[in-house]
Amino acid sequence: MELFALSFTIFILALFVGVELINKVPPTLHTPLMSGTNAISGIVIVGAIISAGSTELSPNVAGVLGFIAVTLASINIVAGFLVTDRMLNMFKRKG
Amino acid sequence: MFALINLSYLAAAVCFILGIKGMTRPKTAVRGNQLAAIGMLIAVVAALLHQEIISYAAIIAGMLLGGAIGVWLAKRTATTEMPELVASLNGIGGGASVAVAASTWMHAVNATGAGSGGWTAAILASIVIGSVTLTGSVVAVLKLKGNIGDSRNNRLWHSVTLVTLIAAVAGAVLFATSGSTSPLALAALVGLCLLLGIGLVQPIGGADMPVVVALLNAYSGLAGAATGFVLGNQGLIITGSLVGASGLILTAIMCKAMNRSLPNVLFGGVLGGSDSTASQQDEGEFYDGKVKYATPDDLALLLDGARKVVMVPGYGLAVAQAQHAVKELANQLEGRGAKVSYAIHPVAGRMPGHMNVLLAEAEIPYDQLKDMDAINPELPQADVAIVLGANDVVNPAAAEDPNSPIFGMPILDVHKAKTVVVVKRSLSAGFAGIPNGLFIRDNSLMVKGDAKEVLQATTSAIKEL
Repeated sequence: MELFALSFTIFILALFVGVELINKVPPTLHTPLMSGTNAISGIVIVGAIISAGSTELSPNVAGVLGFIAVTLASINIVAGFLVTDRMLNMFKRKG
Repeated sequence: MFALINLSYLAAAVCFILGIKGMTRPKTAVRGNQLAAIGMLIAVVAALLHQEIISYAAIIAGMLLGGAIGVWLAKRTATTEMPELVASLNGIGGGASVAVAASTWMHAVNATGAGSGGWTAAILASIVIGSVTLTGSVVAVLKLKGNIGDSRNNRLWHSVTLVTLIAAVAGAVLFATSGSTSPLALAALVGLCLLLGIGLVQPIGGADMPVVVALLNAYSGLAGAATGFVLGNQGLIITGSLVGASGLILTAIMCKAMNRSLPNVLFGGVLGGSDSTASQQDEGEFYDGKVKYATPDDLALLLDGARKVVMVPGYGLAVAQAQHAVKELANQLEGRGAKVSYAIHPVAGRMPGHMNVLLAEAEIPYDQLKDMDAINPELPQADVAIVLGANDVVNPAAAEDPNSPIFGMPILDVHKAKTVVVVKRSLSAGFAGIPNGLFIRDNSLMVKGDAKEVLQATTSAIKEL
């Protein structure tokens, strides 16, 4: 329970940091912001890697789910960062 | 070693925070995004160092497969399709959270039996939010693509949603209190939540998809934070709540721009449905003989003498892929000494900032893109305002007619410009399903046609003047 209370504290504090930070992003950049945060939410790959890796080669349901999770999170990360970069470079060209 | 791994997650979270901070200015945004990507790399390397990992085969295979699909998606998506891509990525992120939660739960149950109450609650939160995000996003993407229309029978969907919601809550409580270790019970719960996601989004109109996409973005972040609780990983919690906060703020901005509350957007579909059919009937009468039509040549003559021109892009611009045609016309006008700016309503297009990305693709400098509060005081001085495929966001009824369903919604005051030219394919109503009094104003002209073709014809007509 100690750990949960600590985690919850961090969660709430991070929400406040997020609100302060995001409020400063201009409307012009809202689409890249969304795709960029999409990529960042691919952080669940950390859990996915541990799930997929802690199974022996003999496949079981948990291992297959882990593999699916790694695949999905990788799509999120790679597509998210690349497409954000593409868009932001369009903004950078002029101005 | 364990402390080092956990500190790496903190380092990754710091990179994400600084990365988003970089996104507060267009000049530093590219660096910000790169910094965030470096943060992700740190997190992935740290995860690979965990002691529990005994086999890398599945991890590497998944990364290669996912990475290849990711590259393919990022390369092939046109800027006009960004809303669909972002919505898809939300769903994929939700799916990943569900898979992680389910897999982690099975590992734990196999090893030690069900965990503590807080841990089970976190697993359930991951599963509920993740599943709803997954199917909700699928429905949102299909609606954005126009593959499924707006539901006629919203009452039915609302009851389906209510029943699945009650069943899912009851199931989750039962699951947590009984300390169930049955994978079937978990699968049934996932199934219920997937259905819940469909039921929640299906009754929402296509016009409100920007709000839904922003909200699902928040959900995908919160699902990630829940995964952080599952793993006891504070780096994940920080990151998930950052994304959650981002989505929630964008949702609030969109709702404010439509003068509607979030519950009204999410559950208001029942009321909206009946109104729109009634108003469509008197549409012919509303416009009958009162609309003045013009040709691209007329528009060229009008623009020839204009000093200040304001372009008002809407979803029609994206559909017609007219962003480059706008830029060409603007180049011509600027060559003749006119000042061109772009008025961007917060809900123009199908996602926050959609128009800005399109115009940036056409290399229009971002300092010419003005948001609603900045451009409205300037519009009365504009010689010509050109409305390109926007409708409800320029409907003066929102400001002047208290009986209008959109009364109170902040709009771009284009009707105050000396002349308004509306480029539109037909007189059909916008998303709100109501006729637009702007089209029959004395200072308003209508050029019928596809935005791209009209703009190109106007540009060549100006060149010949």
